[in-house]
Amino acid sequence: MVTETQVANSAGEPRVQATKWRTWKRFWRYPLSSIGVIGMVLLFAFCFVGPMLYHVSPTQGDFTALLQPPSAKHPLGTDDAGHDVLARMMVGGQASLEVGFLSAFVAMAFGTLYGMVSALAGGWVDIILMRIVDILLSIPSIFILLFLNATFKPNVGLMIFVLAATSWLGVSRIVRGEVLKIKNETYVEAALLAGVRTWRLMTKYLVPNFIGTVLVTTTFAVADSILSIAGLSFLGLGLPPPAPNWGADLSAAMNYIFQNAWWLIYPPGILILCSQLFVNFIGDGLRHALETRTD
Amino acid sequence: MSEYVLEVQDLKKYFPIKSGLLKRTVGYVRAVDGVSFQVKPGETLGIVGESGCGKSTTGRMIMRLTTPTSGKIILDGKDITHAKGEELRASRRKSQMVFQDPYASLNPRMSVGESIAEPLIVNKVLPKSEAFERAGELLKTVGLRASDINRYPHEFSGGQRQRIGIARALALNPKLIVADEAVSALDVSIQSQILNLLMDLKHQFNLSYLFISHNLAVVRHISDRVGVMYLGHLVEIGPKHSLYQDPLHPYTQALLSAAPEPRRTKRRERIILQGDVPSPANPPSGCPFHTRCPRVMDVCRQTMPKPVQVHPDHWVACHLHG
Repeated sequence: MVTETQVANSAGEPRVQATKWRTWKRFWRYPLSSIGVIGMVLLFAFCFVGPMLYHVSPTQGDFTALLQPPSAKHPLGTDDAGHDVLARMMVGGQASLEVGFLSAFVAMAFGTLYGMVSALAGGWVDIILMRIVDILLSIPSIFILLFLNATFKPNVGLMIFVLAATSWLGVSRIVRGEVLKIKNETYVEAALLAGVRTWRLMTKYLVPNFIGTVLVTTTFAVADSILSIAGLSFLGLGLPPPAPNWGADLSAAMNYIFQNAWWLIYPPGILILCSQLFVNFIGDGLRHALETRTD
Repeated sequence: MSEYVLEVQDLKKYFPIKSGLLKRTVGYVRAVDGVSFQVKPGETLGIVGESGCGKSTTGRMIMRLTTPTSGKIILDGKDITHAKGEELRASRRKSQMVFQDPYASLNPRMSVGESIAEPLIVNKVLPKSEAFERAGELLKTVGLRASDINRYPHEFSGGQRQRIGIARALALNPKLIVADEAVSALDVSIQSQILNLLMDLKHQFNLSYLFISHNLAVVRHISDRVGVMYLGHLVEIGPKHSLYQDPLHPYTQALLSAAPEPRRTKRRERIILQGDVPSPANPPSGCPFHTRCPRVMDVCRQTMPKPVQVHPDHWVACHLHG
């Protein structure tokens, strides 16, 4: 018997992978997802690997070259303080990507737990937890962002917290809805009859069955966060200067719009646009691959 | 060793009807209204009745998936009506359930082996690797291949999935299996395969079944005794042959006369009932069947009949008898 099961295991292995591969295949076959993934990888390489190869300081100005168009020495030109634009774009993206991804991840983790507890507890606990979400959702998020940024000194950690604090609300609602649906499924009843305890029920029965929906939402939340931090920085409320930042640089470039300083406007604008586009492509690909994955 | 594997005494389930802004209870749906029966070791008790008569609710209460309003459930000599936590978990090792919908009863994200081994792992009966080995054996027992443990539910047909559900129910070596419409969702040809499998397993594992179905022929095939439910009441219960040959309650007579017979030995008059089943939210006074009974008497409208034994072990709740 032992040997037979072991043989069965090795024979069964490829089939398991075949099932998991199907979702992947569908993801890759969707043309936008590969564009999104490749684009995102390039963007990350640009921001995190780029500064290792291109040794020009983004914060120390070259006073002999102020507001210079692209040249051999400064491939993307310089700004009004003689900062190298290419270096600023590379380093400035780091904050945007870190904040975007980490805040969305924190929001997903907390929102998932919150929504799951609310749906499983039911009754008064559910009502109170969800009314808290309703109240927080009714406060404009820009107000919360402004308040927190005005009270505390903005840094990357705070920005992650601030953006996660506003975007977990939607996740918790989605998760609550999914759990309410799944918890009445027969296989959950079967699990209860088997003697499964709450934690195992959450991790093996609930999460795997709604994680797809949450993943798609989270991907779009990444795009939102990148845009939010760019927007806040544009308004001068994000990360403080002189640390470079796409949004803040775009804002600074506005002053030179009539001097035809296009090399200041296009790079941050295009990078913000690309990050949005690629993340949304990945989100679309995931939705395409996961949503059809029902029997 | 107690005399009965399962004893149910005066079991009731009233679902509150809530309405209005404040969700006040304005009434109750009497889904199950005072049902009593016993299941002996090694016996199959079939429960028949039309949709909404409370047969599934009864099964779910016995599994404690639904909390009874009142009454008593005694499983293997132990009162489990109000069992909680670990006590309830222990009681569930003695009784398991086979569900109606084989497509909904398996977690799509768990391999078949994981699903079957789950009760063994969470109850710490066997360590993980041995639990999977056992899952493979159980798959062979129900007529699938041991190598199927690594496959996922969507790779199987409805009949195969029902076999997997049965294997899972067997994992903890229960004494009682509640089969709630276990073959209703399957093709007729597959139904008989699953029924025969259930009957084989009964001898092999020394099981008792509570077999809930609306299908008279299926219940007749598998059961030793049969109970008939109408509007939350058990109106008649008796040994299969006695009940099918000589139905005593007018409802049972009507029910049996409506079922098609493949080999008609004697001509049976079709009894056609008038009207619809009354609402369980507003059940009739006296006998629940008096609004449609072709042989209704004055007493039926006033008082609820008590069960009387007419033939050996054959009980009926009807004023015509006793």
